[in-house]
Amino acid sequence: MARKKRRLLLIGAAGITLAIAMSLVLFALRDSIVFFYGPTEMAEKAPPLGTRLRIGGLVEQGSLIHEGSSTVTFAVTDLKQHIKVIYTGLLPDLFREGQGVVAEGTVEGPNLFHADTVLAKHDERYMPKDVADRLKRQGIWRDGEKSAQTQ
Amino acid sequence: MIVETGHYALALALAVTLLQSVLPIWGTRRGDLGLASMAVPAAITQFALVAYAFAALTYAHVVSDFSLVTVVENSHTTKPLVYKIAGVWGNHEGSMLLWVLILAIFGAAVASFGRGMADELRANTLAVQGWIAFAFLLFILLTSDPFARRFPAPFEGQDLNPLLQDPGLAIHPPLLYLGYVGFSIVFSFAAAALISGRVDAAWARYIRPWALIAWSFLTLGIAMGSYWAYYTLGWGGFWFWDPVENASLMPWLAGTALLHSAAVMEKRDALKIWTIFLAILTFSLSLLGTFLVRSGVLTSVHSFASDPSRGLFILAILILFIGGSLVLYAWRAPALRPGGLFAPVSREGALVINNLMLTICCGIVLTGTLYPLVLETLTGDKISVGAPFFNLTFAPLVLSILLLMPIGQSLAWKRGDFLGAAQRVMVAAVAGVALSLVLAAALRGGPVLAPIGVGLAVYLILGSSSELVSRIWGRGQAWRATLARATGLPRSAWGTAIAHAGLGVTLLGLAATGWGVERIAAVKPGQTVDLGPYQATIVKLEQRQGPNYSEIGVRAIIRQGGSTVTTIEPAKRTFPVRQTTITEAGIATIGFGQVYISVGDQHPDGSIDARMFWKPLVTTIWIGAIVMAIGGIVSLSDRRLRIGFARRAIHSRLSGDPVAPQPAE
Repeated sequence: MARKKRRLLLIGAAGITLAIAMSLVLFALRDSIVFFYGPTEMAEKAPPLGTRLRIGGLVEQGSLIHEGSSTVTFAVTDLKQHIKVIYTGLLPDLFREGQGVVAEGTVEGPNLFHADTVLAKHDERYMPKDVADRLKRQGIWRDGEKSAQTQ
Repeated sequence: MIVETGHYALALALAVTLLQSVLPIWGTRRGDLGLASMAVPAAITQFALVAYAFAALTYAHVVSDFSLVTVVENSHTTKPLVYKIAGVWGNHEGSMLLWVLILAIFGAAVASFGRGMADELRANTLAVQGWIAFAFLLFILLTSDPFARRFPAPFEGQDLNPLLQDPGLAIHPPLLYLGYVGFSIVFSFAAAALISGRVDAAWARYIRPWALIAWSFLTLGIAMGSYWAYYTLGWGGFWFWDPVENASLMPWLAGTALLHSAAVMEKRDALKIWTIFLAILTFSLSLLGTFLVRSGVLTSVHSFASDPSRGLFILAILILFIGGSLVLYAWRAPALRPGGLFAPVSREGALVINNLMLTICCGIVLTGTLYPLVLETLTGDKISVGAPFFNLTFAPLVLSILLLMPIGQSLAWKRGDFLGAAQRVMVAAVAGVALSLVLAAALRGGPVLAPIGVGLAVYLILGSSSELVSRIWGRGQAWRATLARATGLPRSAWGTAIAHAGLGVTLLGLAATGWGVERIAAVKPGQTVDLGPYQATIVKLEQRQGPNYSEIGVRAIIRQGGSTVTTIEPAKRTFPVRQTTITEAGIATIGFGQVYISVGDQHPDGSIDARMFWKPLVTTIWIGAIVMAIGGIVSLSDRRLRIGFARRAIHSRLSGDPVAPQPAE
């Protein structure tokens, strides 16, 4: 009797905590996850202004402009579409034109993105996996480079 | 020649693990103790062989034997000796060999120090350890041979990734693996208990020292990794909720739960089935972590040595071991005798709540880590789950754990008195709240969470010792008696208090980030930037040439008021051979805080982008982790937890010996 009652109590407590945690997780998954788009996808889906996104692609050759006081603009491209990105802050060490990049921030216009984080992995052969997948799907990725990715 | 013998030793080790996997189980099934005891020499031989292979690989790295692929790809004759040695595990093949070496160390340790254990349990435990070693040795030999040759051998190697040429590489992976892989032995204990169908309080006592060792190393490993990322990546962040970090946090959370539930099992003979489950879960999460890190299925800032083509093999190992152990669990666990009952308001009741919450925390981290992967597979949508998700889900649960922790610790075993326990932590609670209020009032307009966090940290630090104080201190008691009581307390009680206080110290550092100052600006020599209580003046900006790199360096003087505190020299280095640029952050530790400057690109007008921080109390984040690990080690020194002691203790208790030690806290 006592065993049963206590087990019930325990299961009840576990159930309640789990329910709270689950609802928090579901709520957070709806509100605080960030979708990842490539330039073409962003053009197609036209997310509303202010949407938080991650975008990825290649930094377009010759697009990097220093606007002074740590603000830069550059274009992210998948060689079909491109998005202009404004970013204030330090670019990562491996940020280079023609290389892969991932930027997180908000949509400012149909082709304008305001980044607050710019990521490039710390490896000279780096191409973010997300970007590589997308470029592969579009047939731009050369598979010969993949073996070089292996360390 | 040495290289060949190393390779041969690995193959031999594989054969030995095959014997170690089969013979002991067969022996215990048939009641043939001689056969079962083969496990001990097998485990020790396996260790010797793997250690030899590891030494051979290290030798090849030290003498720069460029006929080995791994040496060519990761070494260079001019590389300093320490990085030649650390470079052994700075790549996929070598790090897997380190993994197996540590697996073998734990197996051999149980074989040599487990004399007090029941023969059957020891034999079966070592057999299960043998299965794991077999799977991973096979993985190494088939897919990631560290001794693969290259012909013709080049004259020079490609050097190690400059980012890895850091003392962190020498310390972090071994520590992390000692923790991660250390939990394998606990897993083996659990599987052995399920195989033999017997589990009792003594079992919990056997696993506790091993779980404590693994947990302490894992704590240090995670902290070291976090500090390394903090000073090398140049972003000033110490935790990114990155999949690779989560991969190490999950076994830590499960392992922490395991330590606590094992305490209940040992003391009250309850929660047996649950403890076994946690032991399986913890190592399963370590395996999952190895898979996530090694396979490269997740994008991460920390993954250096990943290779998707090997991922499938690890995935197979993962499914085999996790699936197999869970099947074994489902089949055998119902046959175990259920443990004792206990009152909800008691130490064990509190520990159940602790377990519940830690496991749920672990589940949240797991969800956040794997959800993007699952979603991508199902819908093709790519998402990232980062800090906002964890702040909303993980943080509230952890906060409630922290609030309850000192109260739980003050509850008595069997039947606790909630009011009494609350009273005992009252001093700590009042001190915490008062400090929060004072800080909030003094720094009006500042961040809200920071004073609350600091108050909570103080509550934790004081609260974790309140139980000790109440046990040591008596009104009107002579100091000599107090001292006697203090030294008479079990070490594990001290360990608990220290580890819990360590968590408070870490929280102190986390809370103080709210008062941090961050400035991003293009700076020129002569310019001064305010960083909280300090001012950083850029005095020099120059191009320098290093041995194998060129760098742009900045010299900054840190002043407080008129007086100079210190000088720091952040730089940005470019290594032409590997076309790699790395940031050397300039960090000045002032008290417990740090001034942190990292530099970026130089502009045509001569100014340079710089990211500058004042981070008050930031070092306490890692100091707290060290304190936690010290708590673990103090607990380990408890004579009742000493490896091999358990059996004698039980014997003496059975014989009614009055000096028989009490079960540990």
